[in-house]
Amino acid sequence: MKKVLAIVLVVAMMFGMTACSGSGSDTIKIGVIAPLTGDVAVYGNAVNDAVKLYTDKVNTEGGIGGKQIELVVYDDKGDATEAVNAYNKLVSSDQVLAIIGDVTSTPTIAVAQASVADNIPIITGTATHLDVTSFGTNMFRACFIDDLQARTMANLAVAQGVTKAAVIYNASDSYSTGLHDSFLTYCDSLGVEIVADEAYAKGDVDFNAQLTNIAAADPEVIFIPEYYNTFYLIASQARAMGITATFYGVDGTDGVLEIDGADTSVFDGMYFSNHYTTDDPSEVVQNFIADYQEAYDQTPNALAALGYDAAMILYDAIERAGVYEPSAENWQAIIDALYQTDMQCVTGHITYDEGNGTPNKSTKVITIEDGVYHFYGEY
Amino acid sequence: MTFLTQILNGIQIGSIYALVALGYTMVYGIIKLINFAHGDIIMVGAYVTWYLIAKLYVSEWTAIIVAVVVCTVLGMVIEKVAYKPLRKSARISLLITAIGISFLLENVAQLIFTANPRMFTNLFPGNMNLGGLTIPNNTAVTILVSVVLMVGLTLLVDKTKIGKAMRAVSEDNDTAQLMGINVNNTISFTFGLGSALAALAAVLYCCSYTQINPTMGSMLGLKAFVAAVLGGIGSIPGAMVGGFVIGIAESLTKGYIASSYADAIVFGILIVVLLIKPTGFFGRTMNEKV
Amino acid sequence: MEKFLAKMKNRYLLNTLLVAAIYGVIMLIIQLGVLNRYQANMLIPVCYNIILAVSLNLSAGYLGQLPLGHAGFMSVGGYTAALITLALDLPAAIEFPIALIAGGLVAAVFGFVIGLPALRLRGDYLAIITLGFGEIIRVVITNLGFTGGAFGLSGIQKHTTLTVAFLCTVITVFAVHTLMKSRHGRAILSIRENEIAAECSGIPTTYYKTMTFTISAFFAGVAGGLYAHYLCILDPSNFGFMKSVEILIMVVLGGLGSMIGSITAAFGLTLLPELLRDFSDYRMVVYSLLLVVVMIFKPSGLFGTYDFSMSRLLTDFSKGNLFKKKPRDHQVPVADELKGAEIAPDTSISADPDIPPEPAETDGKEEL
Repeated sequence: MKKVLAIVLVVAMMFGMTACSGSGSDTIKIGVIAPLTGDVAVYGNAVNDAVKLYTDKVNTEGGIGGKQIELVVYDDKGDATEAVNAYNKLVSSDQVLAIIGDVTSTPTIAVAQASVADNIPIITGTATHLDVTSFGTNMFRACFIDDLQARTMANLAVAQGVTKAAVIYNASDSYSTGLHDSFLTYCDSLGVEIVADEAYAKGDVDFNAQLTNIAAADPEVIFIPEYYNTFYLIASQARAMGITATFYGVDGTDGVLEIDGADTSVFDGMYFSNHYTTDDPSEVVQNFIADYQEAYDQTPNALAALGYDAAMILYDAIERAGVYEPSAENWQAIIDALYQTDMQCVTGHITYDEGNGTPNKSTKVITIEDGVYHFYGEY
Repeated sequence: MTFLTQILNGIQIGSIYALVALGYTMVYGIIKLINFAHGDIIMVGAYVTWYLIAKLYVSEWTAIIVAVVVCTVLGMVIEKVAYKPLRKSARISLLITAIGISFLLENVAQLIFTANPRMFTNLFPGNMNLGGLTIPNNTAVTILVSVVLMVGLTLLVDKTKIGKAMRAVSEDNDTAQLMGINVNNTISFTFGLGSALAALAAVLYCCSYTQINPTMGSMLGLKAFVAAVLGGIGSIPGAMVGGFVIGIAESLTKGYIASSYADAIVFGILIVVLLIKPTGFFGRTMNEKV
Repeated sequence: MEKFLAKMKNRYLLNTLLVAAIYGVIMLIIQLGVLNRYQANMLIPVCYNIILAVSLNLSAGYLGQLPLGHAGFMSVGGYTAALITLALDLPAAIEFPIALIAGGLVAAVFGFVIGLPALRLRGDYLAIITLGFGEIIRVVITNLGFTGGAFGLSGIQKHTTLTVAFLCTVITVFAVHTLMKSRHGRAILSIRENEIAAECSGIPTTYYKTMTFTISAFFAGVAGGLYAHYLCILDPSNFGFMKSVEILIMVVLGGLGSMIGSITAAFGLTLLPELLRDFSDYRMVVYSLLLVVVMIFKPSGLFGTYDFSMSRLLTDFSKGNLFKKKPRDHQVPVADELKGAEIAPDTSISADPDIPPEPAETDGKEEL
């Protein structure tokens, strides 16, 4: 009897799920997929906070077309499969008009592929991998691509007179591997010799083996295309080993100074490529920084800026398209409007070439001196 | 030169594996359980130490002592609550409960501290120079402390009364009871001891690898278990030897083959050992009577 | 009723009708729109999780071993199936069955290769060696070029529909059920009860153990193929120890040796995380707590070794003793001729028939 009861209960629960659907037509639903927990939670939360900030701002000013914007946020925990699950839920169950997401390249690629059949407009603020926009015309990004920043760092090396460089990268992450591959290609063509090329896997915390090999090759510069947490581990272990080479990072490295309990002397004299700099005097940037500071009591990092821009670009397109209910035609209308974008955002002037979801932008190089970020130059 | 450094790296991580393997081996010897939760006790030790030092600004030594106490108590509590009721049940239930406790610890830690990795300050900074080889201080401390603890443990098991009790219970539970040994207390003591060692291993690990997150214990625990099996599960010198062997194998793989294969090689060693000599280096074959 | 059910043919008919009825009800619900597209799609993971749980139950529940590398077989099957459909460009109706069967076969080969050496060990050692194999499979897949390496495979076509998944589930359950009802099944159960006695009675234990393992791996591979063509991406890091444990949780909670238990647990544990999405922070904590609590208070799982039988249900119903307590027995299939005789006395080692007896140790290390 107990068993029959158990079966009945489970089936009943299943039907209970049906209660969780239905939507109001007086709000515009925008889906957000971001890693709110996991290794890159700082990024996910930064993007999410920034999107919320801009959404609140727009809503206070009357929303879009008189309707308030409602955000439906899902945590993908930094995992591609979770991201795809969240995407499925947003499209079928929550019926959103558009999606802002994901944050890191691997889950974004998965979502991009899953979305081609549906043709729903998706904009990612921050996924820099080349392939993200290669699957369909519905995928947009607010940031530059990794190839560009790898070239920037290679140019920087040449500009600084570097002849011997080493690379240590994460072979199980598409972001890190893509950057590694591009960096190697550019160094090759620019005449910078790669004296050591070491790889590690996701989850590794001990880099002594690879760093020992790098130390033996004695490079002037070590290129570490990694997110801030692991970057710190590698950098501090390298310094502890007595390696004095300069560290080169990438946009994922932004945030190293905010690591709780880190020894920031490790970062002195390093360079990394990024999307924006707080030194930028333009109005849009300073307003954004002031608003963010007021709402969250901290200086926004590049990913927050990009998240803000993604929302800005998307809402502008929705307003121009003038459609607010999810449907195949409306989605296409928003996509068309996105391609017509021409606006000044926090991270630069954004325009899209027809059929290419990557905007035309430039990269900035930041350096760290005495535990403070400084704008170094554009390369 | 590089080769020597790689070996040294291997000995460093190996000594941590050895310390953890000791906990596994003792528990298995006494109640025939692979305590999957052991790796997560390390994680608890790491978080407690970190929290005390970084958030409550307690002095390092106090923090370490508190961490050891917390882990010991935790280990004993887990045994009393989760493993004791299942002592007479099938092995599979015990194993699954251990897995359940392991997940529970990991997820509760994730809930409290979030999955964001935390930074641990190296308590033994600096390097020293030994015959042209640069050795980081924390490496030296790790190896030294591990060896001292292992020697201490061997002495405890061989020479003290409680050690004798542990050996007796592991050999024959019922007869030990007949001899007047309080089996429950002995088992609790074993768990406590293993957990205390785990806490110390946690501190040493964190000094070298500065980053802690809720899932740090699982892979570490698994590899330490492989080390225990390699050395012969139930054998203390076996655990130590096994730990060093696994550590060096892993380090050499990372340095000369590819980091991503390190896990596979470690498990490959496990499989080879289990197929050729399942009792490990120092194990003894027990024949089954029908 | 009993006379009607005495004929095997009629029992098959009954069960087929039952299955068709379930399918009909599900389709009706979806047509009526009671479940939206997302919720209907959630039934697909239920299907392949059932296949995974039932296949693991074969090795864990019926054979009495503890393999911890089931996710490895799933991933092998999934990758094989995905690689085939990515390479071939045939219509789904042709290439999908080929892919699934190929996936199952490749996984079965792995099962055989791993099983042969691994099954010489007992209990805990088997658990660890299968865990090791599972991890090795994962690492190798992560490092091979043609499997997409660490980025996995993506762009897999979404061939898995509810109908296909349901069909595969039915086939799996039917196959396992028939296997266990046959004399092979009895041999497998006898190995679980007392391996040495079984060996002495002339049952080739190595043959049966390896066969069970291989079949179990086959179905895991098929489930992997369904998974790959549902999610459309394969990320090797998803097939580690954690996934094997998730499948094990389903089998254990449902009851080791109970097919209906595995099915129910798979059903519940697939849907529960979605229902509790709002509480997803607490989900894993609740899961682990649940696991520990169930293990302490009812180690045999929800259903124990009880196995659902439509014919028995109808017989009891017609005789009016549906709710009468039945004498406990092993649910080992008894030949019709013996049905009238007294139930044989309990011959297992452990006192409580619901708990599988402790697997014997051979090479256990016992000295501190």
